[in-house]
Amino acid sequence: MTAPILIFGWGNPSRGDDALGPLLVERIEALALPGVECLTDFQLQVEHALDLLERERILFVDASLEAEAPYRQRRLSPARDASFSTHAITPESVMQVYVDLHDAAPPPCDLLAIRGERFELGEDLSPAAASHLEAALRWTLDWVKQGSTP
Amino acid sequence: MPFELETAPHPEKLKRVAIEPVSRVEGHGKVTILLDDANKVQQVRLHIVEFRGFEKFIEGRPYWEVPVMVQRLCGICPVSHHLAASKAMDQIVGATLTPTAEKIRRLMHYGQILQSHALHFFHLSSPDLLFGFGSDVATRNIVGVAAAQPEIAKMGVLLRKYGQEVIRMTAGKRVHGTGSIPGGVNKSLYAEERAALLKDIYQMVAWSRDAVQMIKGLFEQNLEQYNAFGRFAAHGMGLVRADGAMDLYHGGLRARRADGSTLFDHFDYGRYWDVITEDVKSWSYMKFPFFNALKNSDEGWYRVGPLTRVTQSDFIPTPLADKERQEFLAFDNGSATGATLGYHWARMIEMLHAAESIKDLLHDDDISGRELMATGQRQERGVGVIEAPRGTLIHHYRVDENDQVIRANLIVSTTHNNQAMNEAIRVVAKQYLDGKELTEGLLNHIEVAIRCFDPCLSCATHALGQMPLDVELVAADGTTLDRVLRDMHGVCLRDSPPA
Repeated sequence: MTAPILIFGWGNPSRGDDALGPLLVERIEALALPGVECLTDFQLQVEHALDLLERERILFVDASLEAEAPYRQRRLSPARDASFSTHAITPESVMQVYVDLHDAAPPPCDLLAIRGERFELGEDLSPAAASHLEAALRWTLDWVKQGSTP
Repeated sequence: MPFELETAPHPEKLKRVAIEPVSRVEGHGKVTILLDDANKVQQVRLHIVEFRGFEKFIEGRPYWEVPVMVQRLCGICPVSHHLAASKAMDQIVGATLTPTAEKIRRLMHYGQILQSHALHFFHLSSPDLLFGFGSDVATRNIVGVAAAQPEIAKMGVLLRKYGQEVIRMTAGKRVHGTGSIPGGVNKSLYAEERAALLKDIYQMVAWSRDAVQMIKGLFEQNLEQYNAFGRFAAHGMGLVRADGAMDLYHGGLRARRADGSTLFDHFDYGRYWDVITEDVKSWSYMKFPFFNALKNSDEGWYRVGPLTRVTQSDFIPTPLADKERQEFLAFDNGSATGATLGYHWARMIEMLHAAESIKDLLHDDDISGRELMATGQRQERGVGVIEAPRGTLIHHYRVDENDQVIRANLIVSTTHNNQAMNEAIRVVAKQYLDGKELTEGLLNHIEVAIRCFDPCLSCATHALGQMPLDVELVAADGTTLDRVLRDMHGVCLRDSPPA
């Protein structure tokens, strides 16, 4: 049976703060919260639209150079993506693929963008990002418990 | 072969256009175009940020960790790195694979080919092909395809999902799989996994056939344009089986000159450096490999990937794909085999081959066998080569007596195609941009040419909030004349009026 809540983090665990998404998901997964499924990947892609099926709520989690510290949360809407090298797409575009496939609105999706600082291959998580991760984790637990955006 | 437009005589006197997607922290591409006062193209270069630091990332690690950790080098084709590293480490442990291990790895590889080719054709290239290279950017994307032809977009998603399922079942996980290890694999397929994959494979074969028909139809409808677009002659290289068949997992190296004559054949890739050297150029971080027999990178550059593999193999060992290969070779007296857009057609033939191969393997009881590992005499050096979705991928390691990697060298497919991609965009710049005021539609022709090769422009890292395309026109005195930014939602913003 599909878990009603999906928490989906993406990023490369070996590229410094790019690991923030997968690390947060790993921490949540370790808690084995009922009704919560955790998934990670290197990048978002079209087939991830199928992971949104039969969910009540979805939280996308990624590292961000743009978000103010420690994190920024926002509600997402389906939208197109037309980046040049679209081997990776945005969460809004994943939602749009869902609309295209099912001719229906996707479940409510939020994005948790955790502020990162450095993204080089082989780097560890920066001290600032480690601190942001703890704050983001607390927010995520509230989000899971409250059933709506805290 | 001359490199017209590679280096202008007086670049300081020319206007400069940079097509610079900066959506990735590392692994992005940039095109620079120099124009004279009449907008005549004088110089065109594609710069791809090399995967610097790969070797340092690997060196010092124990060899058995390498097949897992190299997946983090690239978020686009981690399975290819996983398997190329595993093949190299098979040599380190002196193993000859059991039938089950080799077939499970092949299954994983064909799953990767299927999902990668499906993504590229249906989601990255079909907007250009279906709407036109210079069509409105607002519709020239997969959302536009989904609106106009929803079945095509859906087919792409489901083919890709199927390939991912093959990978998950053979590698053990959706990402960061551990299925392939030095000397074999750590799991075979359970009966229920085989049944689940068998249920849908015939649909995947059928959709792959449809995809071949689609690109064939596009060639027929646009024969003149497709044949001429970015066309250039090139040498080629790829793996072939001992009997000359296409083999994407293992074989000897075959290289043919642009005129079709053989340069080397069934060459043992364990000594690839005897036939290939990597050159450097001052203007690019990426290396320029060339065939040693042709002396230098100006004469000896070559291309790899689907177009080369389909045209250089003697046959494809699955019937439907081989029939399509023969049609491809015969089409318009062979014209498509030299067309840059022929990459798309060849890629779909390979996708059909991958689907057929998955079907055959799922009917082979070896994939549920229990002989998973082999051992042998420990070696110091290992070279693993695989035909990744984008072309030949080389992993080369030396391991010391403490089991630590002391040297690593990787030549990825996009590096092999470096000069070929440069050649393609120079031809396209001359064909479409020369003497014209640049527009987004015209610049997209450059991107279409690059996309034919499906280069690994984005690595496994990314961050939200960066701009995917930044085009700048700079006058000879350094003044910015025009700047166009295209955001993640396809919206173009112009900073200044056109020059």
